[in-house]
Amino acid sequence: MAGKTLYDKLWNAHLVTEREDGSALIYIDRQIIHEVTSPQAFEGLRLAGRQPWRTSASVATIDHNVPTTPFKSASEIQDETSRIQVQTLQDNTREFGITEFGIGDVRQGIVHVMAPEQGAVVPGMTVVCGDSHTSTNGALACLAHGIGTSEVEHVLATQTLVAKKMNNMRVSVEGELGPGVTAKDVVLHIIGVIGTAGGTGYALEFAGSAIRSLSMEGRMTVCNMSIEAGARAGMVAVDDVTIDYVKGRPFAPKGADWDKAVEYWRGLVSDEDAVFDEDITIDAADIRPQVSWGTSPEMVISVDANLPDPAAESDEVKRSGMQRAYEYMGLTPGMPVTDIKVDRVFIGSCTNSRIEDLRAAAEVAKGRRKADSVKQVLVVPGSGLVKQQAEKEGLDKIFVEAGFEWREPGCSMCLAMNPDRLEPGEHCASTSNRNFEGRQGNGGRTHLVSPAMAAAAAVAGHFVDIRELQPA
Amino acid sequence: MEKFVRLDGLVAPLDRANVDTDQIIPKQFLKSIKRTGFGPNLFDEWRYLDEGYPGQDNSKRPLNEGFVLNQSRFQGASILLTRRNFGCGSSREHAPWALMDFGFRAILAPSFADIFYNNCFKNGLLPIVLSEDNVEALFKAVEAKEGYRITIDLENQQVIPETGDPLTFEIDEFRKHCLLNGLDEVGLTLNEADTIRAYEQRRAEQEPWIFQ
Repeated sequence: MAGKTLYDKLWNAHLVTEREDGSALIYIDRQIIHEVTSPQAFEGLRLAGRQPWRTSASVATIDHNVPTTPFKSASEIQDETSRIQVQTLQDNTREFGITEFGIGDVRQGIVHVMAPEQGAVVPGMTVVCGDSHTSTNGALACLAHGIGTSEVEHVLATQTLVAKKMNNMRVSVEGELGPGVTAKDVVLHIIGVIGTAGGTGYALEFAGSAIRSLSMEGRMTVCNMSIEAGARAGMVAVDDVTIDYVKGRPFAPKGADWDKAVEYWRGLVSDEDAVFDEDITIDAADIRPQVSWGTSPEMVISVDANLPDPAAESDEVKRSGMQRAYEYMGLTPGMPVTDIKVDRVFIGSCTNSRIEDLRAAAEVAKGRRKADSVKQVLVVPGSGLVKQQAEKEGLDKIFVEAGFEWREPGCSMCLAMNPDRLEPGEHCASTSNRNFEGRQGNGGRTHLVSPAMAAAAAVAGHFVDIRELQPA
Repeated sequence: MEKFVRLDGLVAPLDRANVDTDQIIPKQFLKSIKRTGFGPNLFDEWRYLDEGYPGQDNSKRPLNEGFVLNQSRFQGASILLTRRNFGCGSSREHAPWALMDFGFRAILAPSFADIFYNNCFKNGLLPIVLSEDNVEALFKAVEAKEGYRITIDLENQQVIPETGDPLTFEIDEFRKHCLLNGLDEVGLTLNEADTIRAYEQRRAEQEPWIFQ
């Protein structure tokens, strides 16, 4: 019999029951809750007179529509509808006895930054959240994926999900990453190769020496964007990096439990003879710093290349998608990526707002100034704790001296539900995860890049190859 | 959940691939704490020429006349015909809520994004996967005849176009059963509460830290 993949193992360990019709119930160890996709779920519980199955399985925080300027209570949030959602989460978590890291709590932050940071996610868990970037948590060898609000309610009420097993895909990145090439460039390159729907129906395992060489935060960046390749879940097997990351975090097991846990976690790797339905290998040497040019994450290219010609695309549906993207983005086929000027820069989001991301951006910003043509550069840490750490290291001062704005934690301009947004027609170098039409503000034009590339674009006023940046 | 048994409806064609959930219902409308009322803002950035915000009077906004759902021949459509990877992007269930609220009950496409596909079934909205060739043929048929209708028979898993042969589609037995009967999934799962508790006991012995 063939060996098992990491996903097979996680699935089997959480299988509660299989029904005759082929559907299954899987057990959910951890649910992360935020203010946007939960109100209707709590309301559903109330209407049916139900209680949460296990309140300790859930942890909540506010992120999607909190302002990134300082505020001390919900009443200070200007936007009425945002205020109601923040207040509603507070009311719901109190009513049902769920832990929330709310306003003023240093642990408050973006769901997928907060949860691993607190050790609320540990290897071997099933993790869900009403947010498609829940796949971030798969970096800790978890089965982690986004769910809709009806499922949020289902998990609250039953601690399970009705699920069907996905297929297995492995993407191995082998070799050494070149200078200036980060986890973000790795995942953008992967999406460029397999396409925005390439992972649909699959659980994705990222493997290979280049993935192993990444820090835990880098692995989170890669797993974060699994969904941009169509895969609900992305994951990386357990190794020393995983164990070292989890050790000592507030929610992590302690004492004898810790030893038992580590022993179990060591087994959370795909067996050598495991068979994947799809198995793709990418040469790390082929990956250069990436910039997305269009309105789908698969429309991505190396910074030293020229924009692609739709006429060369044989697939008619793809070709018309490219043409529409050019129209929306106001760009011309054949132009060099480095000729694209940027109006605003956003450094943050669940993809790239952890301390290592901020360090990488600060390294570029240090001793340099934002270009005059760039209207605004926002730096938004992923959590209160990330912010605290960055300030301890003096990164905030570097940013402010460079003319960047140092903000409070939240999702911010990744999806522009709060006041941080693009004006129509503006180009943004963004460390976020989606370049969809209007994502960062009506008519806004998003280019996805790494933190270092974003900072470099802020300084130059246009995209630059980070590998060619002259000393400050 | 609303039952879905059989539907005879007008078809609206949305000739785009990779339609993402930010397009289906832009983020500013996610601030509602209700499940209803999203219909007027479905495809907001394509339907209107100005920028929409929650709570405004949509009847006074300038329409993008070129957008398919604004054309008179597609008014009252309940079946959306579209291209591959429909519903990609975020997990927002507001997307199926908006489609339902607008009046759609079924979507025909060559493929759907996983989370969106799943969310549809929780709301009585039926996503149907057809081959690229069949979808292409339907686009042509809809274009050719005003008032083009399709019948969907869930029991027999058939899409019956006005012209041409009936097309068979696949659907999970469990999802079909829930749709046909309009079942509450939470209630169904709670029937298995003892099995869930027994599972928890087993897990708690092996991985006690999960339950602390």
